[in-house]
Amino acid sequence: MLRLERRAQPSRAMRVLAPLIAALLMFVTGFVIFTVLGKAPLAAFEVFFVKPLSSMYGLGELLVKTAPLLLCALGLAIGFRANVWNIGAEGQLVVGALAGSGVALAWGETESHWVLPAMLLAGALGGMAWAAIPAFLRTRFRTSEILTSLMLVYVAQLLLSYFVHGPWRDPEGFNFPQSRMFNDWELLPLLVEGTRVNLGIVFALAVAALSWFFTEKTYAGYRLQVAGLAPAAAGYAGFSEKRNVWLALLIGGACAGLAGIGEVAGPIGQLQPSVSPGYGFAAIIVAFVGRLHALGIVLASLLMSLLYLGGEQAQIDLALPSAITGLFQGLLLFYLLAMDAFVTWRIRRVRRA
Amino acid sequence: MSTPRLALHGISKRYPGVVANDGVSLVVQPGEIHALLGENGAGKSTLMKIVYGVTRPDEGRIEWEGREQRIDSPARARALGIGMVFQHFSLFETLSVAENIALAMDGADSPAALAPRIREVSERYGLPVDPDRLVHSMSVGERQRVEIVRCLLQAPRLLIMDEPTSVLTPQAVQQLFVTLRRLAAEGISILYISHKLDEIRALCDVATVLRGGRVGGRALPREESNDSLAQMMIGRELAPCRLTPREAGPVELELTQLSLPSADPFGTALQGIDLRVRGGQIVGIAGVSGNGQQELLAALSGESRVAERGMVRLGGQPVGDLDPAQRRRRGFGFVPEERLGRGAVPSLSLALNALLTGAGKGLVRRGLVRPAAARAFARTIIERFGVKCRDERSVADSLSGGNLQKFIVGREILLAPTVLVVAQPTWGVDVGAAQLIRQALIDLRDQGAAVLVISEELDELFEVSDRLGVLAGGRLSPLCDPATTSVAEIGRWMAGDFGTAHTEASHAAA
Repeated sequence: MLRLERRAQPSRAMRVLAPLIAALLMFVTGFVIFTVLGKAPLAAFEVFFVKPLSSMYGLGELLVKTAPLLLCALGLAIGFRANVWNIGAEGQLVVGALAGSGVALAWGETESHWVLPAMLLAGALGGMAWAAIPAFLRTRFRTSEILTSLMLVYVAQLLLSYFVHGPWRDPEGFNFPQSRMFNDWELLPLLVEGTRVNLGIVFALAVAALSWFFTEKTYAGYRLQVAGLAPAAAGYAGFSEKRNVWLALLIGGACAGLAGIGEVAGPIGQLQPSVSPGYGFAAIIVAFVGRLHALGIVLASLLMSLLYLGGEQAQIDLALPSAITGLFQGLLLFYLLAMDAFVTWRIRRVRRA
Repeated sequence: MSTPRLALHGISKRYPGVVANDGVSLVVQPGEIHALLGENGAGKSTLMKIVYGVTRPDEGRIEWEGREQRIDSPARARALGIGMVFQHFSLFETLSVAENIALAMDGADSPAALAPRIREVSERYGLPVDPDRLVHSMSVGERQRVEIVRCLLQAPRLLIMDEPTSVLTPQAVQQLFVTLRRLAAEGISILYISHKLDEIRALCDVATVLRGGRVGGRALPREESNDSLAQMMIGRELAPCRLTPREAGPVELELTQLSLPSADPFGTALQGIDLRVRGGQIVGIAGVSGNGQQELLAALSGESRVAERGMVRLGGQPVGDLDPAQRRRRGFGFVPEERLGRGAVPSLSLALNALLTGAGKGLVRRGLVRPAAARAFARTIIERFGVKCRDERSVADSLSGGNLQKFIVGREILLAPTVLVVAQPTWGVDVGAAQLIRQALIDLRDQGAAVLVISEELDELFEVSDRLGVLAGGRLSPLCDPATTSVAEIGRWMAGDFGTAHTEASHAAA
């Protein structure tokens, strides 16, 4: 019989190595899957992981997709460290995109330097407002934020659908469910000619630095950490649980909202029925692969972004279904959780008494 | 002489940086009550974990009933007939008492089948335990009873008891001793770990004293005095604490008709508690845990809100509606019963644990943590209270229970509170450290602070209290003068019978 046993002293090195080993195992399993699908595995790997990075444009795309993943994951990680399980970054992202776009559409076609900053601010506030709902329900009625934040994702998507099919549909858009295209002054400026890299990635990296500063240096960050590690100690010290829940959810919402407006005012350029290929959900994996640490999250979001790109490339070159991206994401999370289990536990063979 | 029940030969165990046991030998005869004495960190727990199969020794041999054995797991130890009551409990909080015991029995008995046996054993040995109660609702003291009952159900031939009496009333201790003596008379050997020298002298046939991982001496406790045993244990003489009478100041902490339903369905509701603690005064509250202690502590600290703000007053001001942080800012200090997880965050360093309640001491400026200040504060606590650890970067759960307690008590005292509430100040703490903690409480009182000590250790309360009361069934007895009150009387109050209480309280109320 096999039995799981807690290790006396989990290895520190293994804690850091676990995400890397998980990524390695993901590659190995991918190798097997490609083989079974009848694709030459090495060639498939090249298509998936090398080809997207072999051009300037490809590298640019990597950063374009990294920005929303990084933003969402940073916000989520602050909550996760405090035992606040915001699963609804995807919904907060959508509402952020809606709120920011609303500012642009309400302002009209007159050029102004203030439109873009106002859109970004509205995006962050929109995400916060959406995250405030689970925060209120949790602090007022002790409702699980896991359920409420997740369900609000679908509400947000229907809300988006309503606006692009209804009031915000472009009257000159041949009845397509889209808003009008945003003007240059309503879009995030490009950083590198010939790519789609825009200011969003700079924001995301700045937020990474801020989040590191917040968790490592501020008293509020410390209070959230204590609430996550030892809730009773937080109560004893008088750190208000309500304040922590609000703070964690509002930060997560603001980051996701910013990611949302960054998408519509960036690579998409208008409101569409879909503004994210699941960045808000993938960010949950990114946060854990990155060990809830700012630097780790930066690296993990690059990897996740590569999985998105590789998945697209594999659809084009290898005629693989789009599910391949989700498959690799799932593998990565699965192996990470398994690795984590083995860092704290070990298997022992025991004879039945 | 018969074959020894257990013989340890030259047991050594090294951890990185520490030698926990160094060539320890020990012989326990059948039917012998054998005391294992030593300060925290002397190696008692490691030695017992080796005997119980939790830890394996680096060197040395273990003989069980004359045959050499390799005890490589607790299951093996139990199969041999070794039972152990741990100081830190290994109970599942979400399960009932009977379910917990069924899990530990390695057998096929269902919880329902065990329930009557649990009732029988608990009655026979004076350890009231309800098999159907959920463990999470039980106090530390009640959980320990479950552990003892669980061991006794397994009919062991050697019973290891790690500080078993700290949570019992004096009468229950006597009852337990009767039980243990009966078990010994039935031929069961008992390894008894305790720091209570009186108990060891009353109960134990032989004592082995550990000091710094080695055998520091062997003695027949009945022929030794407390002083001589203590000296063997710490290697020097122990100065008793002194409580010099002093004039009490104004009332700093006041409870008026405090009633509080328990948040826990199995808890004890507080009923009309009146209490006043003056500056320069230590008030002790005795009682077996589970009689409202948790509820009273939560009401004092602000973790539970009370119905009317005037029920709790600090320095005359009503604070019943303030949260723990706000009360702290008004000079309130608090040492909780649970050290790990409440009084300290297990996985954080001592420096960051100093910050837990020390933010008001200049450790935070404009919302930013000042790490250098936090480290300096932690170092001050470590030095002033002799906390044994590598340095302020050590994580809290790497410290022994007693050392962590010194750290937490030290932190709260150095925050210079005007009112300090301390729960179980020296639970599981060795004699030397306990003395230091008690003296620190007395020093704080001498500086004019009001100190409330809630403890299950009567000796301790008699030693440090200016006034003494008992909490039983959610009601508080009148306060008495410990100098003119007997232990037996307090013991009766602990059973809930306040009929014999002095009328002194009515004088005070007048």
